[in-house]
Amino acid sequence: MTHRAVELAGDTDVAGFRRAARSLLSQGVAPDFVSWHVAASPEPDLFNLGHQDHLVQGRTAPGGTALAPAAASAPLQVPAFFVPLCAQAALHSDAGRFGLLYRLLWRLHHEPGLRHDPLDADRMQAEQMARAVRRDQHKMTAFVRFRPLAAPTADEWRITRVAWFEPVHHTLEATAPFFARRFAQMPWAILTPERSARWNGRELAFGPGAQHSDAPPADANEQLWLTYYENIFNPARLKLKMMQKEMPRRYWKNLPEATLIQPLAARAAQRTGQMIVQGGSEPVHRRPAAPAAGGSDGSIRPRGQLGL
Amino acid sequence: MDLNRKLAILADAAKYDASCASSGTTKRNSIGGRGIGSTEGAGICHSYAPDGRCISLLKILLTNYCQYDCLYCINRVSSNVPRARFTVDEVVQLTLDFYRRNCIEGLFLSSGIIRSADYTMERLVEVARVLREEHDFRGYIHLKTIPEASAELLAMAGRYADRLSINIELPTAEGLQALAPEKDGLAIRRSMARLRLHIDEAKQAGKPRAATSQPAVEPRRAKAPSFAPAGQSTQMIVGADAADDRSILTASAALYGSYRLKRVYYSAFSPIPDASRALPLVAPPLVREHRLYQADWLMRFYGFAHHEIVGAADGMLALDMDPKLAWALAHRERFPVDLNRAPREMLLRVPGLGVTSVKRLLQARRTRQLRVDDLSRLKVPLKNVLPFITVPGAAARNGLDDTNLAARLRRPRQQSLMFDSPDVTA
Repeated sequence: MTHRAVELAGDTDVAGFRRAARSLLSQGVAPDFVSWHVAASPEPDLFNLGHQDHLVQGRTAPGGTALAPAAASAPLQVPAFFVPLCAQAALHSDAGRFGLLYRLLWRLHHEPGLRHDPLDADRMQAEQMARAVRRDQHKMTAFVRFRPLAAPTADEWRITRVAWFEPVHHTLEATAPFFARRFAQMPWAILTPERSARWNGRELAFGPGAQHSDAPPADANEQLWLTYYENIFNPARLKLKMMQKEMPRRYWKNLPEATLIQPLAARAAQRTGQMIVQGGSEPVHRRPAAPAAGGSDGSIRPRGQLGL
Repeated sequence: MDLNRKLAILADAAKYDASCASSGTTKRNSIGGRGIGSTEGAGICHSYAPDGRCISLLKILLTNYCQYDCLYCINRVSSNVPRARFTVDEVVQLTLDFYRRNCIEGLFLSSGIIRSADYTMERLVEVARVLREEHDFRGYIHLKTIPEASAELLAMAGRYADRLSINIELPTAEGLQALAPEKDGLAIRRSMARLRLHIDEAKQAGKPRAATSQPAVEPRRAKAPSFAPAGQSTQMIVGADAADDRSILTASAALYGSYRLKRVYYSAFSPIPDASRALPLVAPPLVREHRLYQADWLMRFYGFAHHEIVGAADGMLALDMDPKLAWALAHRERFPVDLNRAPREMLLRVPGLGVTSVKRLLQARRTRQLRVDDLSRLKVPLKNVLPFITVPGAAARNGLDDTNLAARLRRPRQQSLMFDSPDVTA
């Protein structure tokens, strides 16, 4: 059997993968005879406009539409779990993902029992990739931080908020619709090394990658967020490992509050010890009248050594 | 006082509430609206504090002035902490500003009791109303409910909030009486019951009506407005009074059963600045808190009844092993179970097998025989699992009768990562 090389248009060309896989399968080309490649530089589809109706539905398969074949080849029966699994795992950064997915598709087609076996090694590996992609998408929804621009951009997009983010996998396109749904009335841009996304309240578009220096620096109000982070922390419960499991160090450089982690952790034991050593205090029995809202400073005494 | 200082005081005052969940509400987004915000089912933790807790919501008090003197509380009237009060607009602007930065899913607002329960509750509701009606904010709102507040205010709170909560504070009525003399345990339960009615009613109204053979029976009203779609939750303080784990779990089971709470949070009592002398000033019992969460999981997802979980005569969970392993070791006559035949209920009781693993094993064994390699691929802790099951490929009787089995499986902090921390919002 001759060897086939398939070139996909880009790292998120899930639709292209499906077309090629469908065609190879119908020709009976075994997985060992196919090699998968991604075109070196994606086409310069500078800010290709997306479609809003696609957005409103939301939750479409990441990286592509729910693909019905373009009336090309015969309908191909795959188990229901494979379609979302493929759409997610295909966005993984592992260069072998397309080979794995085609092998799994091939085997599902030729081994009838496989669809009922969630513990098959290929299936578990694909699931594991899909999980990593979902986690990456979830972390993007969590850790993207928009900073305001001093003035809206001069172009027709009138962007007011910009974020810099570094995903692990090829997840920007698949995750951007979340931010459009969330910030419908707020024009934003998300810049990543590979790709960038922008939204103007009506249209979502993707463009080339950017650099960290393209995103704005901190504004004055960011201090309020840092104040909140500092004060919601309970020094008596220091659990750095638990924190790092959910917020690994690789994200810290783009999270403004992360600069506080070391100093807060370093002082935690001392602060807790002080609360214990200082012991209970003589209570002041009084019924403070609530001041008028926004009124006078209600503090009773400075917080002294306990305050942050 | 400037806003930054107020925020410092009123965030510090709010940190002893464990909940930061933002999950389980209706799905909605801001497309076609005037403002911002969305909720898509799963909650999002936008950051983690060095205490390992999820930061999902802006969790603050409207004010930490309080008339009550609950001994365990940093904000009690007899405490010397500095006091502050936000205006409604300040809270609204902070919420929107943090939200636009994508730092939060929404707001968790609570308050000390000032003037009266109704006055306080009315101010909390006003913040939620302004966010929803004036700014068309579609993010998550959790309001702490003042149990003594009027039924009308509770009803309004439920219209604007995704979640409502009332803290039960202590597992027993005596504990509450001793440590929080102004709080009324009956009023707390009465309010929970009232919330449950509202929540159930709204849920029922949201469902499509089943076909009926008596079309003459009209629905009582066309459509109830949504009411706290993410349900209600509560919090119990652990270690501030003498209540043992058995009575805590009994109280939880009653709360889940009677009021259909979504969650009971356990909060290890931790030293607070300016603590009362009546309370233990020691490091918070974090491992005990963790074991209680594991036991809570066993009740909610593993089919355990609350009275099965604590076996020890002193009424306490073991600290050096998780409660499921402790139960299995104490009930060895029920094991080993055949991995290829045992019913789901029994597989869920095997130490080291979680809900997801059990689901996959059940699915796979419908088409073929399970072998020990399947367990390895699932990455379950074989050391814990194997003594309690039989499966082809593993030696028969993996030392289930070994008197040292408990010692072999015991590890400090065993499986501490198998269960979610209190505020993982998934």
